[in-house]
Amino acid sequence: MANGVIAENNRSFFEESTNRHSGILSWLLTTDHKRIGILYLIAISAFFIVGATFGILMRLELIAPGETLMGPQTYNSFFTLHGVIMIFLFIVPGLPAIFGNFFLPLQIGARDVAFPRLNLLSWYIYILGAILVVTSLLLPGGPVDTGWTFYIPYSVRTGTNVSLAIFAAFVLGFSSILTGLNFVTTVHRMRAPGMDFFRMPLFVWSMYSTAWIQIIATPVIGITILLVMMERLFGIGIFDPSLGGDPILYQHLFWIYSHPAVYIMILPAMGIVSEIIPTFARRTIFGYKAIAFSSLAIAFVGYLVWAHHMFTSGISDTARWIFSFLTFIVALPSGVKVFNWVATMYKGSIDPKPPFLWVMSFIVLFSIGGLTGLVVGSLATDIHLHDTYFVVAHFHYVMFGGTGTIFFAGLYYWYPKMFGKMYNIKVANISVGLFFVAFNLLYFPKFILGYQGMPRRYYDYLPEFTQLHLISTIGSWIMGITLILIFANLIYSLLKGAKAPQNPWGGVTLEWHISSPPPLENFHEIPYVDHEPYDFSLLEKMKNESH
Amino acid sequence: MDQGHSKHEHHTPGYGIYIIIWLVLIGLTSITVTVAGIDFGMIALAIALFIAAIKSALVINIFMHIKFEEAIFKVFLLVSGMTLVVIFLLTFFDVYNR
Ligand code: HEM
Repeated sequence: MANGVIAENNRSFFEESTNRHSGILSWLLTTDHKRIGILYLIAISAFFIVGATFGILMRLELIAPGETLMGPQTYNSFFTLHGVIMIFLFIVPGLPAIFGNFFLPLQIGARDVAFPRLNLLSWYIYILGAILVVTSLLLPGGPVDTGWTFYIPYSVRTGTNVSLAIFAAFVLGFSSILTGLNFVTTVHRMRAPGMDFFRMPLFVWSMYSTAWIQIIATPVIGITILLVMMERLFGIGIFDPSLGGDPILYQHLFWIYSHPAVYIMILPAMGIVSEIIPTFARRTIFGYKAIAFSSLAIAFVGYLVWAHHMFTSGISDTARWIFSFLTFIVALPSGVKVFNWVATMYKGSIDPKPPFLWVMSFIVLFSIGGLTGLVVGSLATDIHLHDTYFVVAHFHYVMFGGTGTIFFAGLYYWYPKMFGKMYNIKVANISVGLFFVAFNLLYFPKFILGYQGMPRRYYDYLPEFTQLHLISTIGSWIMGITLILIFANLIYSLLKGAKAPQNPWGGVTLEWHISSPPPLENFHEIPYVDHEPYDFSLLEKMKNESH
Repeated sequence: MDQGHSKHEHHTPGYGIYIIIWLVLIGLTSITVTVAGIDFGMIALAIALFIAAIKSALVINIFMHIKFEEAIFKVFLLVSGMTLVVIFLLTFFDVYNR
């Protein structure tokens, strides 16, 4: 592919590869962190589209009471697959694997990650895990129907292909751990001269915190999965009460991983927000250290709150109030970030380009998601709301409205740098607006439904819920159209778009000092860093850098 | 394998140490099994975990060679270990109060 502006007779990483192959092989055997980032982008976007299709089909089933499109067993498999794909294949690996791979080395002034081959291996492990998920659909026994949480005892007893599906999650965990190891080492060993920890862009801080969670928390899910397998295959009683096990132990182990995992999902998103806001407000970030340390604080406190998913499972009262209390504490570092972002915009000269608009919609949606998290984090209200649509609304607001929105924000922010092409700004602005409307139509009614008592994971409902379900389904159609618009705009610009300049938005972090798309080894000369990451007085000087 | 780092060479324990540690591990395992047969009530779990902690300390330090490594490895290991301890403690708030 001949793409974009090329610096000083140098070819971009699209035209030069790390191996002697050409064509598809030069991609499949690449050790270039940028190409690996793009491989992840392709795979992860594909799974996102599949997952979203499942979601839209479920909404279609729920358009009216009774069976409209699929029966209960199919619906059970649909929400399980939707959940498994969205969690394990889209949102957990998403931002670190795509943007972390592509931009972490660029932002710290390195030529690659610390272990380029390991990096490629983790992509292959990801693909292997994905293939296992798909295989589990096709084999006799049928697609899994347990929900993405695989709760015991049902998951030990169901005849569906649970073993294979959880083994897939096991494999995917290794991909996550390897990426984490790579990033921690890269941040410690590969920073450009002068780039001390407090000169690192905040995206790098967030990747660093995330990487630690990936390394420390992911093995727990691996072990849990092995225990479930031992129980399913050999009848060893660990979780199943009829074999002498403790089903709540499963929930503990599952959430000891999966709760920190929600911070694997959100921290990178917060990092990207901290990049985009200064660039479009032309102001250095307010409270750099507060944001950096709140990432670490979230990563740490995130380990201590897992049992708030289990308030109604029969855990002890003491445990309940302790975990409820700790849950309220996590809101503090998250609040610190939101206030710092808003303070950064105050008196800035704001340039509302699409990435910035995505971030604005993130702040609203994520705040709704976060605040309703406190509602389900309080013991009394959670008893009423647990396992209702309120929870479904809450987690879509944080995961989709939070991280999902920032997946698009990051894509629209860095796309010109990654591909050297510019998309249609007008269409992009319309997509953000449509997304915001569709999102709230799709999920806000779910808060009300849940409050009124609509339980989650049912293909059918009582007639009095019809109206709100209908609104939500209509929202899912607009969402479908919006998603097509979002991706079509990018694909069209890849084929026919105008060339993007080196620094379309006026960013100052290191990736904007090199050509778009970047050359194979990123920097002709490793830069010396003698300033803060968001020093916009640099912009004048940078004008002469462009090629 | 053990001779990797020449400057650490004099720290490398001989096979004798490995065998002794192995025997100690087997001994501790049989204690765990025996203790499980006696009714210690609430503290049974604490005893089992205490023995397990000694065993992992031996494995980590000697078999995994951490005792002879640089400080940075120990710091990182300690961070992970402390996380684990905190997770155990929090779980006990549930288990011991049900
Ligand atoms: C087009 C977009 C989407 C639509 C229409 C949609 C719709 C739905 C619906 C209808 C359910 C089932 C509710 C129930 O019966 O309990 C569901 C569950 C779920 N969704 Fe989505 N969703 C979408 C996007 C996402 C995204 C982006 C994520 C995560 C990043 C996500 C994560 C989940 C999870 C984890 C579940 C729970 C599955 C389970 O109960 O095991 N969804 N979604």
